[in-house]
Amino acid sequence: MTNPAILRADAETLSAPFPRLLAAAEQLASTVLLGDHGRRRAGTGDDFWQYRPAQVGDPVRRIDWRRSAMADTEFIREREWQIAQSVILWVDHAASMGFASKGLAPKSDRARVLALAVSILLLRAGERVGLTGFSLPPRAGENQIERLAMALSKDSDADFGQPEARGMLPHSRALFISDFLGDPAPVEAALQKAAERGVGGALLMVLDPEEEAFPYNGRTIFESMSGALRHETLKAGDLRGRYLERLAARKDLLQGWARAAGWQFHVHHTDDGAQAALLWLYGAMEAR
Amino acid sequence: MWSLGPIGFAAPWLLLGLIALPILWLILRAVPPAPIRRRFPGVALLLGLGDEETTTDRTPWWLMVLRMLALAAAIVGFASPVLNPQAEENGRAPLLVLMDGGWAEAPTWAARMARVDTLLDEASREGRPVAVAALTDPQIGEITFQTAESWQRRLAGFVPAPWLPDEGAHQAFAARIAGAGAFDTLWMSDGLDRSGRAALLDALEAKGSIRAFESPRPVYAIEPVRFEEGEVRLTGHRLRGAGPAEVTVQAQGRDPAGIERVLSTATLSFEDGADQAGTALILPPELRNRITRMTLAGVRSAGAVTLTDDGLRRREVALMAGQEDREGLQLLSPLHYLEQALIPTADLIDGAMSDILLANPDVIVLADVAQVSDAPDVLDWVDRGGTLLRFAGPRLAAADIGQENEDPLLPVRLRAGGRSVGGAMSWGEPKSLRAFGPDSPFFGLALPQDVQITAQVLAQPDPALAERTIASLADGTPLVTRKRVGEGQVILFHVTANAEWSTLPLSGLFVEMLERLAISSRPAVPTLEDLTGTTWVAAQYVDGFGEVFPAETGSGIAGEALATGRASADLPPGLYAGEDRSVAVNAVPREAKFERMLWPARIVVEGLDVVQELPLKGYILMAGMALLLIDFVASLWLSGRMTGPRTQTAAFVIAAFLLPTDARAQDSLALSATSEVVLGYVLTGDRQVDRVSEQGMRGLGRTLFQRTSVEPAEPLAVNVETDELAFFPFLYWPVTANQPAPSAEAYARLNRYLRGGGMILFDTRDGDTARFGATSPAARRLQELARPLDIPPLEPIPEDHVLTRAFYLLQDFPGRYMGPPVWVEAAPASAQDAVEGMPFRNLNDGVTPVVVGANDWASAWAVDGAGNWRFRVGSGFAGERQREIALRFGVNLVMHVLSGNYKSDQVHVPALLDRLGQ
Repeated sequence: MTNPAILRADAETLSAPFPRLLAAAEQLASTVLLGDHGRRRAGTGDDFWQYRPAQVGDPVRRIDWRRSAMADTEFIREREWQIAQSVILWVDHAASMGFASKGLAPKSDRARVLALAVSILLLRAGERVGLTGFSLPPRAGENQIERLAMALSKDSDADFGQPEARGMLPHSRALFISDFLGDPAPVEAALQKAAERGVGGALLMVLDPEEEAFPYNGRTIFESMSGALRHETLKAGDLRGRYLERLAARKDLLQGWARAAGWQFHVHHTDDGAQAALLWLYGAMEAR
Repeated sequence: MWSLGPIGFAAPWLLLGLIALPILWLILRAVPPAPIRRRFPGVALLLGLGDEETTTDRTPWWLMVLRMLALAAAIVGFASPVLNPQAEENGRAPLLVLMDGGWAEAPTWAARMARVDTLLDEASREGRPVAVAALTDPQIGEITFQTAESWQRRLAGFVPAPWLPDEGAHQAFAARIAGAGAFDTLWMSDGLDRSGRAALLDALEAKGSIRAFESPRPVYAIEPVRFEEGEVRLTGHRLRGAGPAEVTVQAQGRDPAGIERVLSTATLSFEDGADQAGTALILPPELRNRITRMTLAGVRSAGAVTLTDDGLRRREVALMAGQEDREGLQLLSPLHYLEQALIPTADLIDGAMSDILLANPDVIVLADVAQVSDAPDVLDWVDRGGTLLRFAGPRLAAADIGQENEDPLLPVRLRAGGRSVGGAMSWGEPKSLRAFGPDSPFFGLALPQDVQITAQVLAQPDPALAERTIASLADGTPLVTRKRVGEGQVILFHVTANAEWSTLPLSGLFVEMLERLAISSRPAVPTLEDLTGTTWVAAQYVDGFGEVFPAETGSGIAGEALATGRASADLPPGLYAGEDRSVAVNAVPREAKFERMLWPARIVVEGLDVVQELPLKGYILMAGMALLLIDFVASLWLSGRMTGPRTQTAAFVIAAFLLPTDARAQDSLALSATSEVVLGYVLTGDRQVDRVSEQGMRGLGRTLFQRTSVEPAEPLAVNVETDELAFFPFLYWPVTANQPAPSAEAYARLNRYLRGGGMILFDTRDGDTARFGATSPAARRLQELARPLDIPPLEPIPEDHVLTRAFYLLQDFPGRYMGPPVWVEAAPASAQDAVEGMPFRNLNDGVTPVVVGANDWASAWAVDGAGNWRFRVGSGFAGERQREIALRFGVNLVMHVLSGNYKSDQVHVPALLDRLGQ
């Protein structure tokens, strides 16, 4: 039997970062002005899109008689297509995301804030946002923000995260945020699976500047965040070039896979502003 | 101790550790630095990346060198290096430190003792027993070896003897060591060769090794003075001196006030390579008689002091005869033989008794004078130490003085008439002399057989007669009688001073008798015959350092010993007093010979320089620590840990310590300028002018100090660019034609200074060539310089200006030149005219901020280091008067600056008193 007091304390501990995350995401999201979010095409929706001459095969009841009365031909009033899009997120919460160079926030913070902010934007635009897997299916509405925030606040002990490709609705959109420094095979598998289901989306690679620069020298033992992986070198400076090559290769790999799957790929550094990344994310989610 | 050049090592085996350094180098290069653990997510990308080189990231070579040096410093440091280690004595044999111990070592005695002390230090370190001995030490018995420490405690008791060890001393010492076992010898030699030296050297060498120590400094000595041909002849010796040298001889004695002082000096000039030099002093007798000793200035040894006994002393003898009217009969003159006897050795004076007494002679000789004029005065003079020598004669025999009662100026009562023996009208033979008794001052004088007495005055039989008789005739009648009166004496020769009554004056005995009575000076060197049978007591001694001190104890010295004139342990140098005269025994005898000691080549001769041992351990370990600190910082820097706030803090703290402290310099100027009144002068950049300014201010300051209650300190130079001016009440500013103009800030400071009550005396120093305001270069420069200054309208000093009466009443203001008028702040236009009956106007308050002139005051005031005026002013008395007025102007100026218009306010005093009265 769970002691209610312990449960509550755990819950409070768990929810402690939540308002902060939420507030940061709200603040970030508020910087993006919501403009016209129509699909720029005719479809089912509430807003007027255009009048077009009726063609053969159009149901008669769709003729807009008021407009047709002004001319000799019949017009059909088309409404802008508005359809709730499902967006599913996967945010890496493995230990590697907890890395931070001096003076900067951990990568996971930035990843979560960005994920939540883009979620807020999407939710406010009427989309449905959820997480991959089956823990939090896409839903619309403001309440989903809180549920997302709650779900994103979880951490994992694993060194590197693997994308969760299950639970992707066909033709939905997906957003994977990670440092993608671990084994790339699951990413490829997830992308393949997504492509099969017609899921488009974006990969956001969040890196710390130190990971990009490798400013190390001398005899060093590199350890993964959990200490499971370690690599000892006598001259760290000599490794720099080859490390950077490998990092570039990893980016290229991801870029190639993303392109093949019809996804978009972007690298974000934690010392850059979050807004640019948010704008890019939002655009990527809007893109078709 | 193992030594390497000038450095020795106490623990040389540790140096083997240096061999390990190259090995350590290899190891240090092979062993990688401690790894740094880093959490890094990108490690997944690194997996499988091998190092291209198997060796580690090398420690930079310079860091390696640094560490090696630090390690080497530690090894060398712990090996206890010593700079200038004292050479190790071989062997464990006892050590004999032998000093000559004579006066020749006295000038370097401290160095010698220091050297002996270090030698004893060494010996104590090695645990060798030591004996310290001096050849001059009159000890007997075998030398004893003791611990070095016990000798070190007694070292202070060794002083140089005021004599040199003679052959006997060498032999005696050789006897002292004869029974001792083997030992090594350290011979602290004075570098003089003398007989007995070689024998002792052999004896010592038989016992062990010898090291000799000599000072390279020259030894100076002075021989006893000789008085020849009216000159005081001086002979100096030097040993080991090369090149020309001049040594000053000081003649010391008491001045008329009784104070010991240098009465005269002469210079002994040693020519290049010469070891002897002579000089002569010509002195008036009064001065010459006062000389008690000659010393070589700056040489502290008994050899540099020679006492002058009676040899220099020329007695003043006054001669008076009862009757000198026998013209042409010189040989019958009662004084002729006395004069002949005394002229070579005494200064004769004659005249009336009252005049003679004023001259205070040593001896007054009265030849056949019956009635002594000024008798009380003469008696008083005798009482104070005079010697009254009377000769009999017809007058004395005929007079009735001293017959009934004893005349105080005669030693005995006389019988009337006297007697004559061996004459035509008498029986018997002329009488000869009886040998002198041991109590007589004439004891020991040979009696010539041809001395005959034909007439004499007779003494009344008296209980005291025998005691007073110092010479008598063969029949026992007194010939010479003596009576002590106070400190002096009255002596009567019962015969005449001429050959009338006896042949005594014709004989050499007469002269000798006069000498014995100290009526004439003794000959330069007392002969053995002179001294035989006499006993002398030391009055003064000379110690080895040449200090003369009164002898308090000491047994009598036989005259025979004194006659040798050679100072020794038995006859320490000094002044020996006999009955009536004194004989000096000097450390350096007459005709002295000094030979340089030539050591055999096998003996090492070292100097006295003590090379101080300097343990280097601490320094080297410190250097090692410093290297390690550098290594520490360098390692931090290399590993990229030299950034961050803490480093900056540390750097800031270090920088704060290293910041120059300019503020303090300004403070010290302020302190010296404000603790006393200070006259300032502005630096012009021309060193000559600045120097004159400085000397001028010093001269003015001195005048102020002497004449007024203003007592300025040393003047200070003021740089208007950098120095704060507010501390100076008065600035002297000589204007030169090419003076750089002050900067804007300096002008601001000058203006502030002038507003604040300061005064600047501008001096263009060209009053001799230029009329003021005309086109002299300095005047033009002054105009340029003064343009930015805040100077009020000027006028030539009006007659009633307070400067004319601030201390002295003045109407002229000359400096070195009597130039154009001097300008001061003009009186305001509103100044009222002088009130009737008042000599000056009632002017405004305040001090004129500038005084402008061209009279070169500083030159008139300038004094050099010795306090003499540096420049001539004008000519003759008028010039000195001008300088005086210039000084008075300076005094007035400073008074005006310091007391403002106080003197102007004085005019109100009558009015104030008037009001107070009501």
